Amino acid sequence: MTDVYVVGTDMIKFGRFPDRGVADLGAEAALMALDDCGLSINDMQALYCGNLGEAGAMVGQRVLRQIGQTGIPVVNTANACATGATAFREGWMAIKAGIYDVVLCVGVEQMGRGLLGGGGGAAGIPTEGLLGSGTMPSVFAQVGLEHTRKFGTTFEQFAKVSVKNHHHSTLNAKAMYQKETPLDEVMNAEMISYPNTKLMCSVNVDGSAAAVLCSEKKAKELGLMKRAVKVRASALTSDPYSSRNLAMPDFNAVTRLAAKNAYDMAGLGPDDVDLIELHDCFATAEIVHYENLGLCKDGEAGKLIDSGDTALGGRIPVNVSGGLLSKGHPLGATGIANIYEVTTHLRGEAGGRQVEGARIGLTHVVGMGSACAVHILEKV
Amino acid sequence: MTTAVAPRPAVSYLKYAKDGAPYLAGSQCGKCGETFVGDREVCAKCGTRNKMEPKRLSDTGKLYNFTIVHRNFPGVPVPFVSAIVDLDGGGTVKGNLIEIEPDPKKIAFDMPVKVVYRDAGRKDKEGNSYLAYFFVPAK
Repeated sequence: MTDVYVVGTDMIKFGRFPDRGVADLGAEAALMALDDCGLSINDMQALYCGNLGEAGAMVGQRVLRQIGQTGIPVVNTANACATGATAFREGWMAIKAGIYDVVLCVGVEQMGRGLLGGGGGAAGIPTEGLLGSGTMPSVFAQVGLEHTRKFGTTFEQFAKVSVKNHHHSTLNAKAMYQKETPLDEVMNAEMISYPNTKLMCSVNVDGSAAAVLCSEKKAKELGLMKRAVKVRASALTSDPYSSRNLAMPDFNAVTRLAAKNAYDMAGLGPDDVDLIELHDCFATAEIVHYENLGLCKDGEAGKLIDSGDTALGGRIPVNVSGGLLSKGHPLGATGIANIYEVTTHLRGEAGGRQVEGARIGLTHVVGMGSACAVHILEKV
Repeated sequence: MTTAVAPRPAVSYLKYAKDGAPYLAGSQCGKCGETFVGDREVCAKCGTRNKMEPKRLSDTGKLYNFTIVHRNFPGVPVPFVSAIVDLDGGGTVKGNLIEIEPDPKKIAFDMPVKVVYRDAGRKDKEGNSYLAYFFVPAK
């Protein structure tokens, strides 16, 4: 089977664009990714388009109406917060299978403000706030407190994730927010769901990102190998059974399985990875994913954030883009936006936030329900 | 004189026994022994079909996890404690932990709790009342 390369990728600056539509935002990122590798929509053999909010409304085809209706097959994907990564993986699989040589993957989302999630209401009475809470901040607060229960992780350690990622964002012009938040500001911000304060929740924003994938033969033919980044592994999992999963979504088992599958496929381990973009939808989530992705032993994630090793300049920088916490989290775009981020570092083009000498990067997203995608990328 | 109508269960896994007492309904796999909340046909753990038996879940358990919810949708009173409880004998259920101060220092992992059944305090569009379950600290 051929190796698959990212030859073009870009993302728009995330923000709030109430006057624009999903197709318009997706089209913008698609054209930027095509421009990044000097190809045109006429070169693309298929489009994989990730979007959640309008999943029933043919978003990929609507993107093509804006950038060129060439008649290529379009696959629209929806997989919660793993939506964009699932579109990317579908494109990767099609090239791996030898069906196509060059495809376009787009992730796009337009979001309202406010709380996501919450339980019940189809029939009878809504159960949110009556039988516990199913909002995203509550669910991920419990992800953190389960770690506290097992290992004594503190509110302050969770808060440090936001301090770090918000600091990183000051180096990324494409982040929604680029603002330092000292520890006391994070901890004293409005409590949303203990232990996550407002500054420990990701931002609902509009955004889009895109990537052009290419087989090795085609990338060479087109002279695109110089800035190409190899996809060493692509893994997607659903939540394996665990006993409390139905009352309390288990984001750990689904991530551990995806990480193991990705490391196995790449023939690499966590020690080989130079930078990581992981799913910090809430500050608490980043802590548990340190262990789920093997960056430290179980129980040592609190120490890892304390050590500074996951900050830019540290042993294994995590979320140097600013993460979902500051870059924003447009659900369907996130999985491709973190591919863009890692690719940019592997190309040595990340400017002030460049992870020096980065050769291997890992991206991780996990969507509630659940779906986890892990990709490992390598500098050519 | 009108006869009082029992409030409807707020969720499908809250049921009334023959004697009218409410309880949390579960099921257990006859092959692997796993206990689930609610009815089901196939075991999600081992995939076995046609071996699920109805099981009345316990009204006592231990607090596995929680969060204190300070921000919720309009009309939902905050703060409240959203709790994850491991019921004695199997089954993990999410619900509100009440009759406790919503302060992380006052809430202990593994504290024993009791399931109580009370009016939900919410009615549907037709004005029907509902029965809900809550957790309270066990004395």
